[in-house]
Amino acid sequence: MKMIMAIIQPYRLEEVKDALYSIDINLITVSEVLGHGRQKGVTEVYRGVRENGNLLRKIRLDIAVNDEFVEPAIQAIIKGAKTGELGDGKIFVYDLKECVRIRTEERGSIAIG
Amino acid sequence: MDKKKLLIPFALIIPVLAFSQDANTIDTGNTAWVLISTALVMFMTVPALGLFYGGLVKRKNVLNILMQSFISLALISILWVVVGYSLAFSKTSLLGGFIGDFKWMFLTGVGSLPSDVYAVTIPHSTFMIYQAMFAVITPALIIGAFAERMKFSSFLAFITAWFFLVYVPVTHWVWSVDGFLAKLGAVDFAGGIVVHVTAGIASLVVAIMIGKRSNLRPTPPHNLTYTMIGAAMLWFGWFGFNAGSALGANGLASNAFIVTNTSASMATLVWLALDWIFNKKPTMLGSATGAIAGLASITPAAGFVGIGGAMIIGAISSLVCYYMVVIVKNKLGYDDALDAFGVHGVGGIIGSIGVGIFANPSIQSGYKGLIYGDGKLLLNQFIAVGIVILYTLLVTVIIYKVIDLLLGVRVDVKTEAIGLDMTQHNERGYTVIE
Repeated sequence: MKMIMAIIQPYRLEEVKDALYSIDINLITVSEVLGHGRQKGVTEVYRGVRENGNLLRKIRLDIAVNDEFVEPAIQAIIKGAKTGELGDGKIFVYDLKECVRIRTEERGSIAIG
Repeated sequence: MDKKKLLIPFALIIPVLAFSQDANTIDTGNTAWVLISTALVMFMTVPALGLFYGGLVKRKNVLNILMQSFISLALISILWVVVGYSLAFSKTSLLGGFIGDFKWMFLTGVGSLPSDVYAVTIPHSTFMIYQAMFAVITPALIIGAFAERMKFSSFLAFITAWFFLVYVPVTHWVWSVDGFLAKLGAVDFAGGIVVHVTAGIASLVVAIMIGKRSNLRPTPPHNLTYTMIGAAMLWFGWFGFNAGSALGANGLASNAFIVTNTSASMATLVWLALDWIFNKKPTMLGSATGAIAGLASITPAAGFVGIGGAMIIGAISSLVCYYMVVIVKNKLGYDDALDAFGVHGVGGIIGSIGVGIFANPSIQSGYKGLIYGDGKLLLNQFIAVGIVILYTLLVTVIIYKVIDLLLGVRVDVKTEAIGLDMTQHNERGYTVIE
């Protein structure tokens, strides 16, 4: 079992969701986060005052999957989120020790899907 | 415009008003009421309409909607005092009955004395600024049709062109002493034809021509609280819109005030019932939408019907608008994002025709609807509404085409996905953490 955490551009969320649905990954958690990468954010101007290095609004996806879904999920996120421009985001994958479905108390692989 | 011509005979007929001064001297009560009404109508555009529409869009577009309403106020206000008022209302015309001339440009001769033809008990300048707020809100209503996908620059070009080519001529036809529809005998108490039919038809045209929003998966309105606040403020402002159109602090204003409130209430209740029956739950958005339908539809009739007519017009408006918004729009597949046509256009048409049926001669003598045994007013209303619909349709199509060729009306797909707040204004409505 793996945990996939991806940071993507907010405006690509619909495309990423569609790509994930198309490979039968329907269980995702989405949150709105702030952050920036190497380009240190955009410049906004408020009443003539330039503000540099603002944190950018990003979308964070958390997806728990069984091992055979890891690569398809990564490909789907890339397909939906990649524009080739700075700020497209990152995908992180880490091991997942346990998963419990609260309603049935099932554990492990069966509880993920 | 009949309501204005009527003020003199009206003052003579109604004994209560007999104490008011002779024609062409200023009545301070009337002036105070019209100035307050002017502010009430201004309030309808910003913030009321901005909040009503702004709550319904995705939050990445909320500032764009508020900006469009706000800038409509500023831009049209300037155009109006410079040349718009003169073209719409001057007694002499460039083309008899169709468009005024430049005699009152920069408000030359529009001063603190009453006009000899419009609202003879208030300063001419008061009448002018009251009319300015109608000119402001009309293009702003169309914002609902192209919400979330129009370039801001093209928006400015569109409302400027539309103001000159649709709003100003139609106002001249219906409300100026020279207008051919006014001479025909069509009535429009507070702008059902001039405001709601024109804006509604333009909304339909633009919604079809600009195309659907991409990614049209139903997204919930981002802040229904705004929408409810906006709807309530519109209801509040509408008292200035309709009761102010009596152009005096008198019984006619009081009647307009009462029937406006009655129609809005009735329409709210009917929409609520429809929601409950067909969607299982009574919704806030439905109630607010019903209220606006009721307000739009009573507008042309507010000075001619009593509470009976108001209840019927309000109820019918909700029934028909509900059908248009929930069934027809989805069947035909045009994306009138915030239902500017389905609510304002359809509501305006219902009221404009309804006045021909329900006009009660005891409210304003000489205006008799079909149920009081005279079909002539109904016929006139049909002709006026028909002509205005055709004209608005044709001219809006042309304006859209030209602007699309010159500037491009619609933003590209990526811009639309990022949202108009960041792409058009480089600002956000909300922050996440800060």
